[in-house]
Amino acid sequence: MTKAEHSPRFDRRTTIKWMLAAAASMRLRAATAAQPENSGPLHHNGPAHGYGTDPNLQTPYSPGMLWPLTLNPTQRRCATALSDVIIPADPYSPSASSVGVVDFIDEWISAPYPEQVTDRAIVIPGLAWIDAEAQRRYGHDFAALDASGQDAICKDICYQPEASAQFQQGAAFFARFRDLTAGGFYTSPAGTKDLGYIGNMPLAKFDGPPFEVLKQAGLA
Amino acid sequence: MPFITASAAQERHYDVIVIGSGAAGGQSAYTLTMEGVKVLMLEAGRRYTPEHETPMFQTAYTAPLREASTPDKPFGFYDATIDGGWQVPGEPYTSASDDPTRQFWWWRPRMLGGRTNHWGRIALRNGHYDFKPHSRDGLGRDWPIGYEEVAPYYDRVERLIGVYGANDGLENTPNSPPGVLMAPPKPRVGELLVQKGSRSLGVPFVAMHRAVMTERLDHERLPALLHPGNATAQRIIKADMQNRAACFFATPCGRGCSIRATYQSTTVHLPPALATGHLDILCDAMVREVVQGKNGKATGVRFIDKITGKEHHAQARAIVLAAGACESVRILLNSDSVRSGGLANSSGLVGRYIMDTVGAGLYGQVPRLESLPAHNEDGAGGEHLYAPWWLYGKDNVAKLGFARGYHIEFSTGRRAPEMDVAGGLEVLTHGSYGARFKADVRRYYGSFVGFAGRGEMIPNDDCYCEIDPQVKDHWGIPVLRFHWRWSDHETRQAAHMQKTFADIVQNLGGRVLSKVAADGKQAIEPGGKIIHEVGGTVMGANAHNSVTNQWGQTWDIPNLFVTDGGTFCSNADKNPTLTIMALAWRASDHLVSLMKRKEI
Repeated sequence: MTKAEHSPRFDRRTTIKWMLAAAASMRLRAATAAQPENSGPLHHNGPAHGYGTDPNLQTPYSPGMLWPLTLNPTQRRCATALSDVIIPADPYSPSASSVGVVDFIDEWISAPYPEQVTDRAIVIPGLAWIDAEAQRRYGHDFAALDASGQDAICKDICYQPEASAQFQQGAAFFARFRDLTAGGFYTSPAGTKDLGYIGNMPLAKFDGPPFEVLKQAGLA
Repeated sequence: MPFITASAAQERHYDVIVIGSGAAGGQSAYTLTMEGVKVLMLEAGRRYTPEHETPMFQTAYTAPLREASTPDKPFGFYDATIDGGWQVPGEPYTSASDDPTRQFWWWRPRMLGGRTNHWGRIALRNGHYDFKPHSRDGLGRDWPIGYEEVAPYYDRVERLIGVYGANDGLENTPNSPPGVLMAPPKPRVGELLVQKGSRSLGVPFVAMHRAVMTERLDHERLPALLHPGNATAQRIIKADMQNRAACFFATPCGRGCSIRATYQSTTVHLPPALATGHLDILCDAMVREVVQGKNGKATGVRFIDKITGKEHHAQARAIVLAAGACESVRILLNSDSVRSGGLANSSGLVGRYIMDTVGAGLYGQVPRLESLPAHNEDGAGGEHLYAPWWLYGKDNVAKLGFARGYHIEFSTGRRAPEMDVAGGLEVLTHGSYGARFKADVRRYYGSFVGFAGRGEMIPNDDCYCEIDPQVKDHWGIPVLRFHWRWSDHETRQAAHMQKTFADIVQNLGGRVLSKVAADGKQAIEPGGKIIHEVGGTVMGANAHNSVTNQWGQTWDIPNLFVTDGGTFCSNADKNPTLTIMALAWRASDHLVSLMKRKEI
């Protein structure tokens, strides 16, 4: 390991989990405190299959532009149905699949980076598992089930600490798929609006929190 | 004479070659060219133009993987780092130990302006204690200079770059003279809550100091203060100040700032330096070594043009190493020398006493921040408040188990959504999905607070770098091999950080969401992870115990200077960039005076 660096081919070690990362996938947002987890002293930035270390930052990207996508029509149908169970349309915003979340998840699990490669190994078998579970229970793929059938399966896998032994694999998949769905949805314009993020807007001055915010937080 | 080719650089004769273009190289080139000195700047990365390349208003939606960090872009897709990270393609380094706790993570960017394009903009002064730590507790090294010697240069740097903050008069946390700092932005609601909730713990949260302009620079008043008696310099900087806009309280600082409201070498130091007509910049120039003449003086440098792969030679009356603490060490150790063991190394201390910052973090959630009315919390990008170290005392080793201290950085608020904005919520939601999940996400958005301690490491004999006897980089240049070991002072401090952060979160009625490690070895970030590496060419009072004098001038070679963080004798909890710039200005003033007196 110590001298691995002079060889032209470098192993990428799997993600090192340092303490800050122990907060699961929750974020620590200060720019100064941002703590990337995946490039330690013995990693190399890796092969040129990603976007590289000097990508064009001005051009907009969309799934499929940088690397080939993965999901076949069956998997897409399943991912579409599941993402919409997790984030359905409501009075505030549309459903996950209607803002491109399935395309995004496909981009994510098709990427050549370690974290995404790990997720690919969770999502592809997970989609197969949930279709198999739907077949087992109802004789149809997950996407073909009515809302109550989909809900019955999701109830069993939505919270890993309370999922029974037979649903542990499904629950691990569901947790990750929900994070990916939410990540894709809330970074879309519709999801960002739903959150009530109203920044990224030049201001002549910064006034600090409005009175009603201070009041609600017990500071006024 | 701005951006030139390698062949052109080889043909010209310069007063000074500056190696590196970040905080140290930028400040050195600025100070020298403003005094009429002809400078060649060599940068190992590519040319970078923030005005055109900064992705100011782009959102995660338009980025690959919604801007998530990857090995190619460790701080996220839009981060202003080019060809950089803890690994740089083609430029390896090695660790002497297989033990992860004894490995050093070496961050390098490869771009004009270096890491100043993406840095956190935190600009804190060292205090009186920080220059004389050994005198206070018998550990580490004293600097050969005190706060009084550096203070005038802190003033100048703050006036030049623009720093927001306040004078709170706290212990070992120096005030700036009146009129130097810009007004700090108002705290966000989460910052106010933390400030209030920490009072009973005795932790004082005050205005952060960041190199972000909350107002325009006073171009009528400041030039004469920065360059007294130098009409040309005053005219140039007066014009340049009028081209810098104040912060408009949007877009993340780490992407860089195309309106030049924050300090980056590329937006603050290099434009006026280029306007003097005395600066040539050569990018993609990888320096192999400093060349020493028969008279013992440095005569120039050998570098590789990364575009052609050809080696070139450039000459000057003096050489300034500003490549970053460890890269400057590497250049010295790789340079031919009549002595063995590299250039300017008669002390044997080149590469010794590498330090980083002690880092540990904790994450929490605060119910009082849930479901707040939508409001814009972008503010000035980074922190508006921080807590300076509050437990100064001479018997801290006995009382706390460690010497020295740390400050607290923290982050709250309704920030631009990224991939993890609603990730890992199960601990709060018990696995909700559907309409309830959407309601939960709205409820919890903006209610998280992340703390990061940034503390002082004491230099030790086990933290150093040397040339690896076997490994070479893509250009055939021998690489660095690192040795690392935290002492108990650092690991115990990291444990103290997490305990303090947990106390604060609990004081706020919040939930601690990350583990509080009883053993600081589990809490502390790896060496180099905080990217505050300094030391390796430490300054001192004499040639036996240090590599340079108080001006960064190497004892062995009078026309060879180090102006990066390499000369640091200690690494106070204060982030090093402001001190690097102050010392680089001071060193460059000294170099100018030596050149004027024809001593160089």
